[in-house]
Amino acid sequence: MPKDHGIGASQKRREDVRFLTGAGNYTDDINVYNQAYVYFLRSDVAHAKIKAVDTQAAAAMPGVVRIFTGKDFEGIGGLPCGWQVTDKNGEVMKEPPHPVLAQGKVRHVGDPIAAVVADSLEEARNAAEAIELDLEELPPVVDMKAALQPGATKVHDDIADNLCYDWQFGSETGDVDAAFAGAAHVTTLELVNNRLVANPMEPRVAVGEYSRADDMSTLYTTSQNPHVIRLLMGAFVLGIPEHKLRVVAPDVGGGFGTKIFHYAEEAFCTFAARQLNRPVKWTSSRTEAFMSDAHGRDHVTKIELALDADNNFVGLRTDTYANMGAYLSTFASSVPTWLHGTLMAGNYRTPAVQVNVKAVFTNTVPVDAYRGAGRPEATYQLERIIDKAARELNVDPIKLRRQNFITSFPYATPVAVEYDTGDYVATMDKMEELMDIPGFAARRAESEAKGKLRGLGVNCFIEACGIAPSNLVGQLGARAGLYDAATVRVNATGSISVLVGAHSHGQGHETVFPQVVAEMLGIDESMIDIVHGDTSKIPFGMGTYGSRSLAVCGSAMVRATEKIINKAKKIAAHLLEASEADIELKDGQFSVAGTDKSVAWGDVTLAAYVPHNYPLEDIEPGLEETAFYDPANFTYPAGAYACEVEVDPETGAVTIEKFVSADDFGNVINPMIVEGQVHGGIAQGIGQALLENCAYDENGQLLSASYMDYAMPRADNLPHLANYIVDHSCQTPCTHNPLGVKGCGEAGAIGSPPTVVNAVIDALRSGGHNVEHIDMPVSPSRVWAAMQS
Amino acid sequence: MAEVTMTVNGKTVTKSVKGNTLMTEFLRDELRLTGTHVGCDTSQCGACNIHVDGKLVKACTMFAGEADGARIATIEGQADADGTLNAIQAAFQEYHGLQCGFCTPGMVMAAAALLKDNPKPSEAEVRHHLEGNICRCTGYHNIVRAILAASGQDVPAVAAE
Ligand code: FES
Ligand code: FES
Repeated sequence: MPKDHGIGASQKRREDVRFLTGAGNYTDDINVYNQAYVYFLRSDVAHAKIKAVDTQAAAAMPGVVRIFTGKDFEGIGGLPCGWQVTDKNGEVMKEPPHPVLAQGKVRHVGDPIAAVVADSLEEARNAAEAIELDLEELPPVVDMKAALQPGATKVHDDIADNLCYDWQFGSETGDVDAAFAGAAHVTTLELVNNRLVANPMEPRVAVGEYSRADDMSTLYTTSQNPHVIRLLMGAFVLGIPEHKLRVVAPDVGGGFGTKIFHYAEEAFCTFAARQLNRPVKWTSSRTEAFMSDAHGRDHVTKIELALDADNNFVGLRTDTYANMGAYLSTFASSVPTWLHGTLMAGNYRTPAVQVNVKAVFTNTVPVDAYRGAGRPEATYQLERIIDKAARELNVDPIKLRRQNFITSFPYATPVAVEYDTGDYVATMDKMEELMDIPGFAARRAESEAKGKLRGLGVNCFIEACGIAPSNLVGQLGARAGLYDAATVRVNATGSISVLVGAHSHGQGHETVFPQVVAEMLGIDESMIDIVHGDTSKIPFGMGTYGSRSLAVCGSAMVRATEKIINKAKKIAAHLLEASEADIELKDGQFSVAGTDKSVAWGDVTLAAYVPHNYPLEDIEPGLEETAFYDPANFTYPAGAYACEVEVDPETGAVTIEKFVSADDFGNVINPMIVEGQVHGGIAQGIGQALLENCAYDENGQLLSASYMDYAMPRADNLPHLANYIVDHSCQTPCTHNPLGVKGCGEAGAIGSPPTVVNAVIDALRSGGHNVEHIDMPVSPSRVWAAMQS
Repeated sequence: MAEVTMTVNGKTVTKSVKGNTLMTEFLRDELRLTGTHVGCDTSQCGACNIHVDGKLVKACTMFAGEADGARIATIEGQADADGTLNAIQAAFQEYHGLQCGFCTPGMVMAAAALLKDNPKPSEAEVRHHLEGNICRCTGYHNIVRAILAASGQDVPAVAAE
């Protein structure tokens, strides 16, 4: 029987009721008395010198409150980068200034030049049209390799070669060279990890408010991590101390990474509200989102795999160009390095692995973490080249993977991480069973009878979630800790508010977190509420990204609940006149072991707040505990995915006919929510593989700036219900966090792109087309072109 | 400015509006019915779906003035007065057809329009009908299941067809 409450139950989500009735409270639903509206005048060219911004006529337009330009931000901090990468020569990365409003130059289409604040949005927009701009266009650099050529245009005047860093990681060059020199076979592949736009359905919004009487600023913003924004914006940009700055992230309509970062518009609204002593609101349009939300991926890679005569992997070497865009977004520098290089061993025993990454500035929108962040890029390279190697060696791709699996744990990889636990054979077995691999031949024959080519693609992946511990990431260049915090506030009558640093923007924390606390205390989940997203209520927190919420913040919540139980047992012992060591907590009752004496949860909590009969000499009244939790290691979810595609040889169109994911997330608290996370991740991965592409032309014009040009996955693009299985029954619990959980938010987006591309290549080859690789998105035109060549 | 009168979720409202006020702005800013969302500027996402005289309409494609005399239904009017969710809303919760909730009002309104015209849709018909709705969170899988369930059909049986 599946459980109906507590850990392991597919509890229906309590947050759904407000979302289903239109009662959600998203940032754009917040309107503050007397608010003004800001419209950003953005660059429509990729690269230009700003010779003059004449706002005189615009300032006189009706409704205009004030127009700000870069000059207003001189002497004010730029947007900081949260991770300093040291390159292979021991030099720190190049970190150009990232002003709130452009100063001197614009460096990408969408770079904000001026901000018009007016009584209404319409008036702000009209006035922006009246601003006279004198821009001297400069040649843009768009292509990364061209950007690195001597004499290329400089995105930043003092960065001669547009190189942010040249990073090398993993095994020593000598060891890798030796592995390749001794190899029986070497497979090489060049590929592109296409640039994507995260596209949460809720565009970004910021509302800045200021109370002059107490010098208090409040920012309502669409953020995954309000405390991080408070720290970055307060300390580095505007110089507002934490106690004078409140950041609220209410209901947030999806994030996928792109709402981690601190953005210029947030700083602007906070700054302008102080300057004007009036609330200022900004709501992004979708077109604006395409040119101002940080983009994702955009890696160009050459990867080489060396195998010995028995098909064992002996060496792996990668050379990647990673696009940073025009400025360093908040965590941009960490994505191609520590979030990508450390995953390059994958599920395999390859003894020598070296990762080389050149991060490059171009005249494009900044690029940063997007669902998976570095790990999809690593997995894609590795799993594509393994498929190619299998073909070249004429071995079964599943067999080749199995042969090279890591099978004993803990396992220290050549790329600096130690996998604590896993069972890659189990997930592969599960995937093969659910996929019915033996039945593929018959399914292929059926497709062929309809004139279609059918292909099977498989993929294994590992990811590292809940990035930590803080002392290690500090050594690696992180400018923040990566712990999290929770406060369990037990009220006098026994109900509980749990204040968590994680932020829910679709993940269902309001439902899942109480399941854990209820299980630990043996009380009803309805007695427990989660509070999140407001720096004035929550002690601290690093927010939600990198599949960290339960693994890190959930662990803090467990620790705080343990403290509650310890104290409550002391109180119960006093009430029961027993020894604390004899007190047991079960089903919300404290009892004395071996007796029928007991006292209820509510009696203990009441005693804590009405301490008439209470051990005041030993413990304080009240029942509230806080814990900060800093994990000892990453968690390492892993999985095996498979899909079957049909390719229409007439058109090149690809359809997903069957899809199976077999994931190991460790322990699962709410299976329904976990499966939903995987569905969403897979949809984004299939989107990347087949549909999505953020494209620039050679002039740096953004070609995909709306849903007319950027193909989002729709209901029709995804596998049908009957041919789609999402499984998480293989569970090797994480060994170092109290819940044994690993995180599930990104797996789908990591595991699915190579699965789909492997399947398409397999389909084409079955039709006699000698195709080795097609870059994503594997669109009909690309498939068709590949078939013709 | 022109005066418009319409019924919104059964209540008559009269307001003066500018000629260029979009229905989304009218609902969100004038009536404070913020359940109708704006997810794009090219009429592609469906987050703004409402019913106008019983027909599914993207509110971002319509001026408030055009709704003069019309019967408007929004997400806020879908549950019973006592808060009981309607069959579609309940199925979305039961089948986990929503995550961040931003696309959800538009999805529920789209589903209601579908089931009115086609009470027992096939899976393919549901997917086809959602062509105008983008969800970035759910991968649509559980939305499709929720809509089939709301139609009173046995979800695995329909899926197997
Ligand atoms: S807001 Fe109306 S379709 Fe996107
Ligand atoms: S639930 Fe988030 S966009 Fe659909």
